[in-house]
Amino acid sequence: MIIKNRIDRKKHKSLTQKGNWILIAPIYIFTLIFVFFPFIYMFMISFMERAQVWGFVNKFTLENYRRILEPIYLNTFLQSLKLAFMSTCFIVLIGYPFGYYMAKLDTVGKKRMMILLLIPFFTSALIRLNGWIIVFRSNGVLDKILMGLHVTTEPLKLLYSYSAVVTGMIYLLLPFMILSVYSSAEKLDWTLVEAARDLGASRFQAFLNISLKLTMPGLLSGVVLTFIPSMGLFFVADILGGNKIVLVGSIIQQQLTKGRNIPFAAALSVILMILTSLILQLYKKLANTKEVEGLF
Amino acid sequence: MKKNSTFTKTYLAVIMIIIYIPILLTVIYSFNEAKLTSVWDGFSLKWYQELFRDKDMAQALVNSLILAFLSCTLSVIIGTLGALGMHRVKRKSNNFIEYISTLPIMIPEIILGMVFLAVFSFMGLPFGLTTLVIAHTTFCVPYLFMMVKARLVGMDESIQDAARDLGASEIRVFLLVTLPMIRPAILSGMLLSFAMSFDDVVISIFVTGARVNTLPIKIYTKLKTGVTPEINALAAVMLAITIVIILAAEKIGKKKMA
Repeated sequence: MIIKNRIDRKKHKSLTQKGNWILIAPIYIFTLIFVFFPFIYMFMISFMERAQVWGFVNKFTLENYRRILEPIYLNTFLQSLKLAFMSTCFIVLIGYPFGYYMAKLDTVGKKRMMILLLIPFFTSALIRLNGWIIVFRSNGVLDKILMGLHVTTEPLKLLYSYSAVVTGMIYLLLPFMILSVYSSAEKLDWTLVEAARDLGASRFQAFLNISLKLTMPGLLSGVVLTFIPSMGLFFVADILGGNKIVLVGSIIQQQLTKGRNIPFAAALSVILMILTSLILQLYKKLANTKEVEGLF
Repeated sequence: MKKNSTFTKTYLAVIMIIIYIPILLTVIYSFNEAKLTSVWDGFSLKWYQELFRDKDMAQALVNSLILAFLSCTLSVIIGTLGALGMHRVKRKSNNFIEYISTLPIMIPEIILGMVFLAVFSFMGLPFGLTTLVIAHTTFCVPYLFMMVKARLVGMDESIQDAARDLGASEIRVFLLVTLPMIRPAILSGMLLSFAMSFDDVVISIFVTGARVNTLPIKIYTKLKTGVTPEINALAAVMLAITIVIILAAEKIGKKKMA
């Protein structure tokens, strides 16, 4: 009886093992063919010479990487990083308090806020940028208001400027910060803050030593979720910045469409990817976690 | 204990208003008679008429819906099964696959666009709906995978074991026990991946063919060329649909909870 049971167990186990392969086969195959292979392929062509018209020739070269060091491209990387850094700083300053205060609301308030946040979050990014065009356009809404209040006397020409691009980035990425700080602050045990206050800590001290420390994972994942995309969102620079502001994302796009230089675009992507994974590694170390918290 | 000062509430309200200003302006100007948003010439519905007459726009909308539906469906299958399988039997290779499969949502989208443009020409796939679906599925799978995985980690395994001990077949256990437990995760993953696919412009631009337009690509080209009162009308329509969907999802969620 016992032996039979054991055999059954074994049979059952090997059966589930087999069944298990059917479960994981799709994700294994799909990931290997359509994610892993493409990235390896990109890495390879970044070392190839470009062909005359389109594509590349099978000749090893480091030229693509050398070209990135040319001042024009290096500057773009720096400008991109600067813009990402600036947008992220603003997003932290605006989004952190928002997520934190939101977690302090009662259940009904939280729900209402969440719905109000989700509506723009699920509305097309392009359509939301279109709203900023209306605001920033020369003689647009902002100009009219400022001139009406006699703050300025002539149109500010804000559309197609650096500030417009930064505003667009902040606007599109802010929800990510708010949601991830909120999910962290939601779990915060407020009695700890009270205890600190009872023990004589000032409001600020209690916030710094308890709340901020405990919501740090949310803040950090918010930074990751906003900093990384802001280097690649070329359409924000396109639509709100005209041709004046060039991001790494914009050069990659130009190299693919106008320049028709796939190897160079690949090299730029490889560098951007290395930069991204450095940021992710740094995040994992700082937050002491393996996963990016927030949306999940 | 939780004191909400007026400052807290004012702050939340002010930021929320700023978030909604551009959206509301778009809606207001969609009723503007004038072509330019710098002048207001009176109320008119003509941009809505123009929008509904625009056959290209309608086709782009249909394409986007098909694309989002297909990539969402594919990623539900791939992501959910993958999360289940990896949860049941732990292998070393799982970590690797998990890392690679979540890469698409960890890196700037433009890289994915570039990668797919190169690799699809190498594979000789014709650019169009097929390439769009493949590309979109790669960034939809992680949402499903990670949400289902998170749900499985917090799940009580003994219930499934109990069902098995009572003689239920594997398929019955899945359909009657496991699936109901992970359904919320699947639903929210689907919602998110549908929205991401429906909204994507960066990747789509690179992997679409000359003849297949998606709605975001269409909007992008229109916005780039300049004056676009028709887009304002489209924005208002899409906003209305989004609000209805979110409120409906909220209602359904409430019913389930009760």
